[in-house]
Amino acid sequence: MLFLFYTLIVFCIIGSIIAIEARNILASVISAGVVGMGLSILFLFLGAPDIAITQVVVEIIVLIILIRSTVSLDNTAITKHRDTFAILSSLIFFGLFLVFAFMAFQGLPKFGEPLMSVSSQYLQNSVSETGASNIVMGILLDYRAYDTLGEATVIFTAILSAFVVLRAKGKKKREERDKIRVGIPGKDDLPETVAEIDEESESVSNI
Amino acid sequence: MLIYFLNSIIFVLGLYCLIAKKHLVKKIIGMVIMEYAINLFIILIGYKDSGIPPIFLPNMELATFTQQSVDPLPQVLVLTSIVIGMSILALMVAISLRLYEKYKTFDMSEIRRLHG
Repeated sequence: MLFLFYTLIVFCIIGSIIAIEARNILASVISAGVVGMGLSILFLFLGAPDIAITQVVVEIIVLIILIRSTVSLDNTAITKHRDTFAILSSLIFFGLFLVFAFMAFQGLPKFGEPLMSVSSQYLQNSVSETGASNIVMGILLDYRAYDTLGEATVIFTAILSAFVVLRAKGKKKREERDKIRVGIPGKDDLPETVAEIDEESESVSNI
Repeated sequence: MLIYFLNSIIFVLGLYCLIAKKHLVKKIIGMVIMEYAINLFIILIGYKDSGIPPIFLPNMELATFTQQSVDPLPQVLVLTSIVIGMSILALMVAISLRLYEKYKTFDMSEIRRLHG
């Protein structure tokens, strides 16, 4: 079982390297999709079927969105002006990060022996208290329902702002067009000084 | 410990893509890969050796189920985070498409130069 996990994680690493270094943007988008699909298989073997289903669905939507953003647009890699300082400093920083991460992982509980101090309570009482045989759904929609409500709020806000950003026609232009159609004078057409006002009133009275 | 380390390599690859690449869509892809790595890390922490999924079937006993099941709490948090990540990605793609409309390029340094 452990061998399977290692194989799938190495598969994901290779997929992400290809996604990062591919010349064509469409190819790198599809490689990112491959990473997500491999991840969903991994979730399935890690005892999380709900996560695996959600990951597959979300992955397909992510691929659709990303392909929409790349296809028929400029999809070649940028080769001019490579920023060597950023690449070098980030490589040094990532080496340090990996070292410190390795030190921090020593303090975690060993792989395969989780701390179940909170979750054992959920596992024991969830079926009798919520009536849901799927414990994950019992926690998500009963014990932590406010969390899910907050999640829905975040999704709503993000999609709303995406619509605002992608709106084709601005609001201001439409206002100007309406003013012209109705005949409301703009700021430049109005008289500014007293003399101009007198002139206008005279011309009106002459008519 | 090795599996955590391999997982953090995926995270670092995503961070590298986010910092060093110039193309806007590639930056978004790097962020997606980082997100995958973090989700996987949280699930890995809750894994139990030869564990069963946290679904209580009718022919099980509660005591053995409690002993064998994997940790359900990280799965709940990751379920929330995956869906939020998708909507954030939609927002990022919307902003980058808007930038492409305005500047006719996806190059990040080019966009900065044209602005100032």
